[in-house]
Amino acid sequence: MLVYLPIAEVSVNAFLLLGLGGMVGILSGMFGVGGGFLMTPLLFFIGIPPAVAVATEANQIVASSFSGVLAHLKRRTVDLRMGTVLLIGGLVGAALGVQIFNALKAIGQVDLLVRLSYVVFLGIIGSLMFVESLNALRKTRGGRTVPTRRKHGLVHSLPFKMKFRTSGLYISVIPPLIVGVLVGILAAIMGVGGGFIMVPAMIYILGMPTKVVVGTSLFQIIFVTGFTTLLHATTNYTVDIVLAVLLLVGGVIGAQIGTQIGARLKAEQLRILLAAMVLIVCGKLATELLFQPSELYSLGAVAGH
Amino acid sequence: MARILALLLFLALPAQAEEVIAGLSQSRISITTNFDGSEILIFGAVKRENPIPETSPLHVLVTVEGPSEPLTVRRKSKRLGIWVNTASVEVDEAPSFYAVATSGPWSEVIQDIEDLRYRVSTLRAIRSVGARISGSEDFTNALIRIRRNQDLYQTNIGAISVEQQTLFSTSVQLPANLHEGDYRARFFLTRNGRVIDSYQTDIAVQKVGLERFLFRLSRDKPLVYGLMSLAIAIAAGWMASAAFRLFRA
Repeated sequence: MLVYLPIAEVSVNAFLLLGLGGMVGILSGMFGVGGGFLMTPLLFFIGIPPAVAVATEANQIVASSFSGVLAHLKRRTVDLRMGTVLLIGGLVGAALGVQIFNALKAIGQVDLLVRLSYVVFLGIIGSLMFVESLNALRKTRGGRTVPTRRKHGLVHSLPFKMKFRTSGLYISVIPPLIVGVLVGILAAIMGVGGGFIMVPAMIYILGMPTKVVVGTSLFQIIFVTGFTTLLHATTNYTVDIVLAVLLLVGGVIGAQIGTQIGARLKAEQLRILLAAMVLIVCGKLATELLFQPSELYSLGAVAGH
Repeated sequence: MARILALLLFLALPAQAEEVIAGLSQSRISITTNFDGSEILIFGAVKRENPIPETSPLHVLVTVEGPSEPLTVRRKSKRLGIWVNTASVEVDEAPSFYAVATSGPWSEVIQDIEDLRYRVSTLRAIRSVGARISGSEDFTNALIRIRRNQDLYQTNIGAISVEQQTLFSTSVQLPANLHEGDYRARFFLTRNGRVIDSYQTDIAVQKVGLERFLFRLSRDKPLVYGLMSLAIAIAAGWMASAAFRLFRA
């Protein structure tokens, strides 16, 4: 069934979009990632103009994250306090990121920067997580659970300490704020929710338990992507509501299924799967940069239009 | 002497001897939610007072074009091991859709000078002032190639059938990825590759119903549109969650 999208001005198969939404939704519920880093390239591939794909994807992430977060709230795996601190940082970061994005657009080559930052960040995070969770998995296989030693590093010696009960942490608010800002900047530049950066940052930098991380990440993603959707709708007019509805119908259902699957998996397994997925996307983007594309030319709107 | 010259000039000018009269199967295309392309039937006749000239066969060209817009065409090349956009050319005006149909081989139908004057071929319909850069025709060719692959640019040689040098007909397939705007159909009658008459008419391509409502809302009240998008997203998320809770209970 073909549907004409009013903003994207292309005609696409509705069932294809429902399927894509469902698939990405499952991953979103499982790993606490918005799925934007997967969906946006997929939308490019089926012929949605990039600007519309990025903006509409932000709107779809709001829906799947909201659906996911409700499931997590029920299971009490959302650290609202930590989420709020991260969010404050995230909104500041997103505003900064938009400024950086516009400055880079003026120089040109913003496409390349987005792609490169995808490859670099996905590559680093993917490999680190993969190695770490592989080690953790091997240790638990060995029969004995390794007691998690509380490191008393820089995170614990900073001022403005705050109790995060759900996470079982008593740390300074400065590290989560900084993490929030950095993720916000990257999210705005790369046009994604930033879950795939946020999740590892919460686990490895803040030392939050994996089970809480997913819900908390989804919680703050709702607001960051909601903010992004409004910015795109009011400045670029690129949010396609018909496309968003088709994607999110599949997405919200997928997110519910994904949360169920996630609850049955071990934390290490969850992390190793996310790492593998991040590395696959990274590899795909890297090959596009390294090998000669079949079409060397591309069409774009003139700057200022 | 002067009288003879004037008479000769008059005879040499076949200008209004043959006129083109044409029509379209539809002068308005409505883009609805299930729009998946459209076909326009184009037909016409040649009106003449005098008998059909014996000199050379009559040919017809028909073009259908969408609204023009400026574009940037970029080219990638390898720098430091990766493929990046290194060169670009600005095209001042490129139609969003362009179809040209002829009644015979290009070289027989129209001369280059006439093509240049009336901008009939796809290449001529694209206006590129930035042609100062060497090799800019590569960029224009790339533009035509990319759009041709999307069925947005079509060249149909010999697609017009002309009966008795008087009646002609053809059809143009409009693709599903059509943009809104005022489209234009042009008709050219040629003999010996020279244009002897031309005619043009408009085709309005418009979104209707829900498509139109959403498009207008996104442009006129972007904040409302954005908030509506968010509300739908939140509602959908909540409904899915509630539905699953019921499902499990």
